[in-house]
Amino acid sequence: MSAEHSGEHDALIPAPQPPLPARATLPDDLLASEHEHLDALWSDGRGFWAWVTTVNHKSIAKRYIVTAFLMFIAGGLEAGAMRLQLSHPDAGVMGPDRYNQIFTTHGTTMMFLFAVPMMTAMGLYFVPLLVGARNVAFPRLNAFGYWCYLVGVVFLYVSLALNMAPDAGWFSYVPLSGPQYSPGHRIDVWAQLVTFTEIAGLIGAINIIATTFKLRAPGMSLNRIPIFVWSELVVSFMIVFALPAVALGSTFMLGMDRTVSTQFFNPAEGGDALLWQHIFWFFGHPEVYIIFLPGMGMITEIVEVFSRRRVFGYTAIVLANITTGFFAFGLWVHHMFATPIPELGQSLFTAASMVIAIPTAVQIFCWIATLWTGRPRFTTALLFILGFFFTFINGGITGVMLASVAFDKQVHDTFFVVAHLHYVLLGGAVTPLFAAFYFWFPKVTGRMLSERLGKWNFWLFIIGVNVTFFPMHLLGLDGMPRRVYTYLRETGWGPLNALVSAGAVIIVTSVIVFLVNVAISYRRGALAGDNPWGSYGLEWATASPPANYNFLYPVVVRSRHPLWETAVELPVLTGLSTERREVLVTTTVDARPDHRHDDPTASIWPLALALCMAVLWIGSIFSPYVVLWALLISTPVLIMWSRQAMRVTTTERVQRPNGEMVEMAQA
Amino acid sequence: MSNPVLLALQNVRHSATAPASPEAHAIAHLFWWMLAVGGAIWLLVAATAIRSAFARRGAPGDDGLMRVSAETHTRLQRVVIGATVVTGVILMSFIVFDFSVGRALAAFPAQSLTVDVTGHQWWWQIEYEDPNPSLSVTTANEIHVPVGEPVQFKLASHDVIHSFWVPNMNGKRDLIPGYRSSIWFRADTPGVYRGQCAEFCGLQHAHMAFLVVAQPRAEFTRWLLQQRTSGATPVDSLAVAGQQVFMSGSCALCHTIGGTPAHGTVGPDLTHLASRLELAAGTAPNTRGYLGGWILNPQSMKPRTLMPPNPLQPRQLQALLAYLETLK
Repeated sequence: MSAEHSGEHDALIPAPQPPLPARATLPDDLLASEHEHLDALWSDGRGFWAWVTTVNHKSIAKRYIVTAFLMFIAGGLEAGAMRLQLSHPDAGVMGPDRYNQIFTTHGTTMMFLFAVPMMTAMGLYFVPLLVGARNVAFPRLNAFGYWCYLVGVVFLYVSLALNMAPDAGWFSYVPLSGPQYSPGHRIDVWAQLVTFTEIAGLIGAINIIATTFKLRAPGMSLNRIPIFVWSELVVSFMIVFALPAVALGSTFMLGMDRTVSTQFFNPAEGGDALLWQHIFWFFGHPEVYIIFLPGMGMITEIVEVFSRRRVFGYTAIVLANITTGFFAFGLWVHHMFATPIPELGQSLFTAASMVIAIPTAVQIFCWIATLWTGRPRFTTALLFILGFFFTFINGGITGVMLASVAFDKQVHDTFFVVAHLHYVLLGGAVTPLFAAFYFWFPKVTGRMLSERLGKWNFWLFIIGVNVTFFPMHLLGLDGMPRRVYTYLRETGWGPLNALVSAGAVIIVTSVIVFLVNVAISYRRGALAGDNPWGSYGLEWATASPPANYNFLYPVVVRSRHPLWETAVELPVLTGLSTERREVLVTTTVDARPDHRHDDPTASIWPLALALCMAVLWIGSIFSPYVVLWALLISTPVLIMWSRQAMRVTTTERVQRPNGEMVEMAQA
Repeated sequence: MSNPVLLALQNVRHSATAPASPEAHAIAHLFWWMLAVGGAIWLLVAATAIRSAFARRGAPGDDGLMRVSAETHTRLQRVVIGATVVTGVILMSFIVFDFSVGRALAAFPAQSLTVDVTGHQWWWQIEYEDPNPSLSVTTANEIHVPVGEPVQFKLASHDVIHSFWVPNMNGKRDLIPGYRSSIWFRADTPGVYRGQCAEFCGLQHAHMAFLVVAQPRAEFTRWLLQQRTSGATPVDSLAVAGQQVFMSGSCALCHTIGGTPAHGTVGPDLTHLASRLELAAGTAPNTRGYLGGWILNPQSMKPRTLMPPNPLQPRQLQALLAYLETLK
């Protein structure tokens, strides 16, 4: 905090107009021709072939975001079906078999196909822009990741249509999900769906880590990285450590128990049923923070911009993100308090689950401090952040209560927990996500979302969430367990359930308003211009939507808030090739220019490899030998991919920039 | 509503906030305390957040950035650090409170009645142990406990993971294949309480409930002695015919009736079926109509339950019901 204060704070002066971006350094005609030239160089073309071969991070991230949002809608429709069935006692909308498939698909969709991919996708779109890069670090891998994710999406929903969707919950506890109690292929679908999302998640994470560490704009040292990028970075490291656990559990152990009769989880043969829960929650708990931390990062960005001041406590917020990332791996047993784990061991996890509230509290306090001493502008984006305070803190406090072993054993696996987790995830991730949509939509599309519809969107959403999920606390305390397809009239749970179902209708209406807003604004919204909010980040230093190359020249950064500085224009580096795709690689800590690196062109092989993986993992459900065949057909694809690899990295230094930028060039 | 079963089922309780045992009391106390403190924090933080957003407004159209003086910054630092410390202290108090409640719950009583509970898809097998095996009692989906005495439940699962939960009495405990676990409580208020499976266990997880009947010691002893007897021998001709139906049909393959050749162990023990309040693990009251419907087609009341339909002739069904009603 003190570092933030000492240097840059005092230099802050009112800057009503955002400074002009770099292109002003050249005469207009020269600039225009350079722009055209670079845009063509970085374009992957138009048409179907270009669509399936593109390696541009913005194209891929956009389709990622759209697909993930479609999954949000699909998961929401499943929730609607469940609420219809539970709206009154002994309802006959669907039987237990269909209900179990739907609640499993709802959870699986929301966790694996909406939340994590959406947060990764936001990172894949904005991290390169926020750090001033031209692309992600591994563009073809990026394309491969999206195709794997898409295969997973199609796989699950085709299974649902074929009455073959998983039905043992998104957590798939053994032995219920084992070969004895779940014959058929439903659970195999789940296990391999997880595999596809793991591949996609890991690729996204590695890309974000490498992009953040190596492709930052010169001068953007680690202590100047935007906080959203920090949160994506922390989350990416978490993905790298958490996802292999579920890969081991589902793809390998559960998959093999089911297909080749290993006995990892079968107590009758010396296996261990509880082992699955450890493996799953070692992934599953960090997963919650993987979803939640990017939301926190978005909030910081938006609070800063709309309170018209630099965030209070940059260092504290960054450290809070990192601390949360560490602690998140020490909480998993709080999902297992009702299992026969020794009390002393449980106590440790109680303490850890409570302590993790502190870094989150620090972030919230810093935001409030920022708002308090700022001059808030009530845009829809900021309204959603205020909504976040209401909803998320509610979920956070029930979370602290649930960390208590004694209390958790009462309400564990009841609707109280359903209420808690939806307050946390809708409040802590979806609310910031809506805020981020309103904030960044102009950058992605060049047009503003309607603020009028945005306010409807906001109020309906906040009211809907509270009407839907607040009564669930009471139902849980009154003994209503989760994952029941119906309940008896005598239980007296009917009226509150009817209210919950009514709330769900309000949420659906809110999402429809949002979709209408997007549909209208995409075509007829007000033109945004480069920097409609008077924001400070590098993403606002380029056109809306950004050109194929993102930035004409690598921008040189001299503070945390480049566009809020006194300079009229951002200094830039020159010297990157204009004849082939080149990116500037900078050093990890100080972001000094280090070397130039070739960036790949469009390629069909990521899609081809993803299809091979589809054959491999989906085929493995039906016969283990398919794995061998699939590996065989992937071999030529891998060879083709590597033959198309770009030339060896050049090691020559970037040529010295002229004038004031000399100090940046020493490398 | 003169039917004694329906009368008894009128006041079934199932709430964590209406404790009927010292254990549930301790948890409820912890809950209310955390709720009060947490609720106050929620109000305070949310109100401060909203207040902060309205604290200072720029003139319309003024997009200028805010300058923060060094003094303001120092003051903010103090407030944020102070709030963080207070958060830490409150959390610490939660931890201490939780540990003290947890210790009380974990202290198993030295002397207690012991009940074995085995989870099945989708019903509960209940056994009262006795050193003399002939005095042990097996029943299903209904647990009787004496008021004021600690009762320990030894939990095991026959198939998948289930979870034993009586909200008015104590928290829940999982039944995991390959593991033994236990939980205890001391019912202080007589009454009928609903318990149920809390871990998703497949298609009929929703209909896997049980009843806890807390009654004075004398009543409990009377019940236990009754349960130790063999199944009643039918006397009237209809019931005798019903026993024939039971033994010669498929019923005996899955169910046990003490003192008869029926020794199936797939389904619940029916030796004292007529003494129980509910059918099919809390799916319906144990009245003649529901019992008949259940026997004919269990799949309509509890789809995908493991009991198959029994297409009996009306006369056979009447006889069977007459017999089952003697199994008090």
